[in-house]
Amino acid sequence: MAKVTYLEAIRQAQMEEMQRDDRVFIMGEDIVCNVFGTTTGFVEAFGLERVRDTPISENGIVGAGAGAAMVGMRPIVDVTLSSFLYPAMDQIVSIVAKSRYIYGGQAKLPLVIRSCLFYGNANAAQHSDRPYSMFMNMPGLKIVAPATAYDMKGLMKAAIRDDNPVMMFEDGTCWSSKDEVPDDPDFIIPLGRGDIKREGTDVTVVAVAGGVPVALKAAKQLAKEGISLEVIDPRCLMPLDRELILRSVRKTGRAITVDPAHQTCSAGSEIAATIAEHAFDALRGPVLRVCTADTHIPFSPTIEKALFPTVDRIAAAARRLVGIEQPAAA
Amino acid sequence: MTDQTNDRSLEKYRRMLRIRHFEDKAEAIHAQGEIPGALHTYAGQEASGVGACMALGESDYMVGTHRSHGHPIAKGAKLRPLMAELLGKATGICKGKGGSMHLSDFSVGSLGETSIVGSGVPVATGAALGSKLKGDGRVALCFFGDGATGEGAFHEGLNLAAVWKLPAVFVCENNGYAVSTPARTHVPVKTLADRAKGYDMPAIIVDGQDVDAVEAAIAQAVERARTGGGPTFVETKTYRYADHAVNMGRILLDRGEEVGEWRKRDPITLYRARLLEQGVSAETLDAIEREAADEVEDALRFARESPLPEQAEAFDDVFTAAVPIPDYLADA
Ligand SMILES: Cc1ncc(C[n+]2csc(CCOP(=O)(O)OP(=O)(O)O)c2C)c(N)n1
Ligand SMILES: [Mg+2]
Repeated sequence: MAKVTYLEAIRQAQMEEMQRDDRVFIMGEDIVCNVFGTTTGFVEAFGLERVRDTPISENGIVGAGAGAAMVGMRPIVDVTLSSFLYPAMDQIVSIVAKSRYIYGGQAKLPLVIRSCLFYGNANAAQHSDRPYSMFMNMPGLKIVAPATAYDMKGLMKAAIRDDNPVMMFEDGTCWSSKDEVPDDPDFIIPLGRGDIKREGTDVTVVAVAGGVPVALKAAKQLAKEGISLEVIDPRCLMPLDRELILRSVRKTGRAITVDPAHQTCSAGSEIAATIAEHAFDALRGPVLRVCTADTHIPFSPTIEKALFPTVDRIAAAARRLVGIEQPAAA
Repeated sequence: MTDQTNDRSLEKYRRMLRIRHFEDKAEAIHAQGEIPGALHTYAGQEASGVGACMALGESDYMVGTHRSHGHPIAKGAKLRPLMAELLGKATGICKGKGGSMHLSDFSVGSLGETSIVGSGVPVATGAALGSKLKGDGRVALCFFGDGATGEGAFHEGLNLAAVWKLPAVFVCENNGYAVSTPARTHVPVKTLADRAKGYDMPAIIVDGQDVDAVEAAIAQAVERARTGGGPTFVETKTYRYADHAVNMGRILLDRGEEVGEWRKRDPITLYRARLLEQGVSAETLDAIEREAADEVEDALRFARESPLPEQAEAFDDVFTAAVPIPDYLADA
C-alpha cells in the first residue's frame, strides 16, 4: 500500500490493466502530452499504437471506441472534460448504450469513457458540467463517480474489465486528495457497491463524487454539536447500491442527498426518490437535497462558489431534520 | 496614399496594437491571480483577426472561439467591458458570466465566442441563413482553429452553408496546433483549405501575418457572399506565441526555435515597416501605440474599480424572465 493521489490512482489502474491485457488501449485528445498526468509513462510502456492522440472529434472517438470494442478490443476513451461529452452524445446514446439491446445481445461493448467533472474553477458554463445524471436517464450505461483515490483505482480497474460500457466521471475537486491504495494488480472494487464513509446514527447523508468530502466535513462539524451523520458514497450511480442506502435510512430515519449536479433530475434526486419510495415508513421527515442550484455556472468566482453544495447547507439541512421530531409511521 | 486609405491602414495598426497590449496585460495580471480561470491569448495572430474584421461591415456578423480576446477588439469593440469581463466584474461584456473564453460583444455583430471547439460553425451558418431569409445583405464570418476542423459540427456547418449557398465566410486560423497536437498529425489533408473541397467551396490560403493580405482575401470572400455566390473558406496561416493557454505552471508543448522564427514575422512589426515605407511617420505610429497602451490601462482601471456581481445575478439570463433563487442564496 502506498499513499497516492486520485489522479495517480487513475494512472495506475490504466497502467496495470494495459499491462495485464493487450486488448486494452487508450485514446483521446492530447493524451500523449498527458495534460493532467493520468498517462505518464504510457507511450514509453505501450507505444503510440496503444496510446493514441486523436483529432478533436469526440463523437468520432467515442463511436470508434464502440466499434473497436465490438470487434474484441477494450478501449478507454478519454474525453478529458465532461463538457466535451455533449458532442459525443449521439454515439454514446444511440450506439454505445443501445447496440447490445437492439441487436438482441449480439454486440458486446467493453468500453470505458472517461471524463473529468471540472467545476468551481472559473471556467464558465461551457466548461463546468457535472452531467452524470443525464446519462443515468439512459439505460445501458454503467456510471461511476468515485470520490477517493482508493475507490478510483479499484473501480477504474473494474470498469476496464467489465464487458459493458462504463462512464467514469473523475471529480476535479478530488484530483489531489490522497489515499492508501493497494498495489495488488487484482485489486478490484465491484461496480454497484457503495461504501459507508463514516458511520453515524442521526442522519444518513448520501453524497456523490465531490459531494463526499464536503459531506464528511459537515459530519465532523456537526459531531461537535452532537449530531451524528452517516455518510454513504454510492460510488456507482448505475447500478446503484440501493440496499446500502436503504439500510442506513432505516437505521437513522432521516436522509439528505448531496450532489454537485444541478438539482433537477440529479443523482441526488433519483436517490431521494428511491428512499421516499422504499423507506417511507422509516422516515421521520422529508428527504432533503443539497445539490447545485438550477442555474448555469457563471465565470465570476464570487458568484460561482456558493452554487455548489457547501458544508453550511448540509449542516443546515441536518439541523432542520433533527429538529423535525415526528414519530416514524407504523 | 489618400487620407482615407491612410485612415484605414492606421486603424488596422491601431486594432492590432490594442490586441497586443490587451493580451500582454491580461497575461501579466493573470499570472498574479487577478484573472481567474484559463486564459488563451491571441498574441501573434493579430493580423488574422484584424484583417478579417476590417473587410466586414459594421452590421456583419462574427462568431469566434475560446481564444476570444482578439476577435471583438478586431471588430472594433470597446476595451473596458472586455477587461472587466476578464476580472469577473458586473460591468463585463457578459456581466461576469462568460470570462476569458467568451469575450463576445454583440454590439459589434458578435454572436458568440464559444469555447466548445467547433460549436460556432453552425451558428455562423445559421446567421447567414437568417440574412438570406431576411434579404438584408449581411454576411456572417466564422473564426475557428485548425483543430476545430476535426469536429462534426464544423463539417455539418460547412455542408449546410454550401448546399444553401449562404452568405458565410469560414476563417480557419491555422496556428499549427490544437493544444499540444500539431496540425500535421490531426489533419490528413495537406493544407487546411483542402477541407473545403468536399463541399465544393472556394478556398483561399493567405499569409496570416500580413494584415493587408488577410483583408484582401476576406474582402473577396465577403464580396462573393454578398452577391449570392455562397460561402468561402479562408485559411490564415498564423501562429500563437504563447502555449495553448498561459500561466499553467507547465508548458504543454515546447516548440523550440519555431517561436523565434515566427516572431521574426510578427504581424505588427511587419505592418509598421510597411507603413513607414508608405510614408507614414514614426511619430504617428508611436502615438498610435501609446494610445493603444493607454486604452488598455484605462480599461484595466475601469475593470478594477467596477463592482463584482451580486450572488442573485447568478440566476439572471437563464431565461428572459427571472428564475427562482433558492432560499439559501436569496440573501447571500
Ligand atoms: C468539444 C471540445 N473538445 C475539446 C476541447 C478542449 N480544447 C480547447 S481548445 C482546444 C484546441 C483547439 O485547437 P484549434 O481549434 O486549433 O484552436 P487554437 O487553440 O489553436 O486557437 C481543445 C482541444 C474543447 N474546448 N471543446
Ligand atoms: Mg490551432
